[in-house]
Amino acid sequence: MGEPLLEARDLVKTYGSVEALRGASFTAYAGEVVALIGDNGAGKSTLVKCLSGVEQPDSGSVLLDGEPVRLDSPTAARALGVETVYQDLAVAPDLDPAANLFLGRELRKPGPLGWFGVLDDKEMRRRAAESFRDLGVSLQSVDVPIGALSGGQRQSVAVARSVVWASRLVFMDEPTAALGVVQRERVLDVVRRVRDQGMAVVLISHNMPEVLAVSDRVEVLRLGRRVARFTTARTTVEELVGAMTGALSQEGA
Amino acid sequence: MTSLARRLASANTLWIGLVLLGLIAVFGALRPDAVLTVFTLQTTLVETSVLLVLSVGMTYVIITSGIDLSVGSVLVFSGVTSAMTMNALNGGDATGAGWGTVLVGLAVALLSGAAWGLLNGLLVARAGIPPLIVTLGSFGAALGAGQLLSDGSNVSGVPDVLGEGLGTGTWFGVPNLVLLAAAVTAVGALVLGTTRFGRHTYAIGSNEEAARRAGIGVTGHLVRVYLLAGVLAGLAGFMALAYFRVASVTGHDTDNLNAIAGVVLGGTSLFGGVGSVVGTVLGVFIPAVLRKGFVIVGVNVYWQPIAVALVLVAAVWFDQSRRKARNQR
Ligand SMILES: Nc1ncnc2c1ncn2[C@@H]1O[C@H](COP(=O)(O)OP(=O)(O)O)[C@@H](O)[C@H]1O
Ligand SMILES: [Mg+2]
Repeated sequence: MGEPLLEARDLVKTYGSVEALRGASFTAYAGEVVALIGDNGAGKSTLVKCLSGVEQPDSGSVLLDGEPVRLDSPTAARALGVETVYQDLAVAPDLDPAANLFLGRELRKPGPLGWFGVLDDKEMRRRAAESFRDLGVSLQSVDVPIGALSGGQRQSVAVARSVVWASRLVFMDEPTAALGVVQRERVLDVVRRVRDQGMAVVLISHNMPEVLAVSDRVEVLRLGRRVARFTTARTTVEELVGAMTGALSQEGA
Repeated sequence: MTSLARRLASANTLWIGLVLLGLIAVFGALRPDAVLTVFTLQTTLVETSVLLVLSVGMTYVIITSGIDLSVGSVLVFSGVTSAMTMNALNGGDATGAGWGTVLVGLAVALLSGAAWGLLNGLLVARAGIPPLIVTLGSFGAALGAGQLLSDGSNVSGVPDVLGEGLGTGTWFGVPNLVLLAAAVTAVGALVLGTTRFGRHTYAIGSNEEAARRAGIGVTGHLVRVYLLAGVLAGLAGFMALAYFRVASVTGHDTDNLNAIAGVVLGGTSLFGGVGSVVGTVLGVFIPAVLRKGFVIVGVNVYWQPIAVALVLVAAVWFDQSRRKARNQR
């Protein structure tokens, strides 16, 4: 399978007395969908935050293309082509979908107006509508605050935002949790499409059929540690659940 | 243009504009002779100019879901330092001084405001102290510092050229103070509504953590927003100095509350993320129109704060129920 795109080794992260990560490792390869699963509180979201620059691990190392990297801010991770759909979405509810899509990377008008920081809202809205169409995100209007949309639509916008900007790797922390059947299928289509473009997708999900349907590999986190790794084609729901609950463990995972 | 129209309609701005028009119409119908005269209009505008400049800065602060209680005290402090500097440059009495002195006075007022704004911003954004507490502190400290400097009395000796030029001068019948306030407001509205700085101000107020994760420099931005409010309070101090020809250390205890009331009446949400300078203009004029109107039609003027309070509570209640309805989806 070649060299990993992203590798985390022995990450430790504590919040006060809570040990969210206790030496967690993680690997993702280019051109694959890797599912990251584990019980509630296993540390999945914390791992994603450490790998996308939102939190800094207390110890451990992160390697991109085999080189150690410091992800001391979300901007640093984004500069490396790593985008994230956070479990809490991290959208600005009072801004419209286009403004959210371009948040932090706003387009300015060409010419002198742009030097003063004047935004090119028209162009941003046009490109946003185009992206939403490409990704199968249906919104009645791109003009309303995102907080007025349904939970599923908000989630779709967050997914679109990550996919549009990513060039190497996308983390998706439970991106389908609030979605109906149709929207869920669309997001999974997007996941496959992103993988087929050669990027890595890290999908966190509690839905085992979904994990089996879309992922190429599975890594299992339990109590802040990686406890098992599977190739999806050669595993079963029973095995995955066993690894999550601790009934089954692998040496050296 | 469509985005401006959309923002106007989506905030409470449209609604509050109708309230303002309604008030003017009612007072106008009761006393058509007095209300719509040039003089009434002019004095209302002039008296509101200083408050409007404070309120423009306050709009930015409140959109970030912050608050600035210090603006009235910073206004006093800036007026005092400015007047005292101008006097000191002219042997203790600047009454006869020229424009050079006035420019120095302006610079001192702006810098004084900037210093307090920077302090507020650093304490809020860097130290993470709640803005209510930080600016309650500078509310007391800036007033105290101003009174210490002036020995607790008003500072007179304001240059005549300043009083006659900016203070009471007019340009084609429009008071210069009003023009200055209008210019500040227009720039404030454009920056908030059309630029990246404005967009980030909304984003931070809407969801600070989302803004941070989107790579927006939240700390630096908040410092700049409080800095802006401070500079505008300094400018307001200079405008008051020009108008009253004295740096008054009293009479500004409730400027902060008047500015907050105007901003909130104008549809800016105390929860952050929503608001506009256009709304603030309307919101600032509602109390002013009520006061003028009550005087003109002979209603006891003590009804004015009560009427403002009712509208204010209604406005916030409206905003809150709108948010609740939205968040339940
Ligand atoms: N900001 C935080 N402060 C304190 N504890 C936290 C914080 N974030 C996560 N935790 C704790 O860390 C553990 C792992 O949480 P999380 O990574 O969210 O798990 P998962 O996403 O797998 O459900 C939990 O015990 C959680 O309560
Ligand atoms: Mg989680």
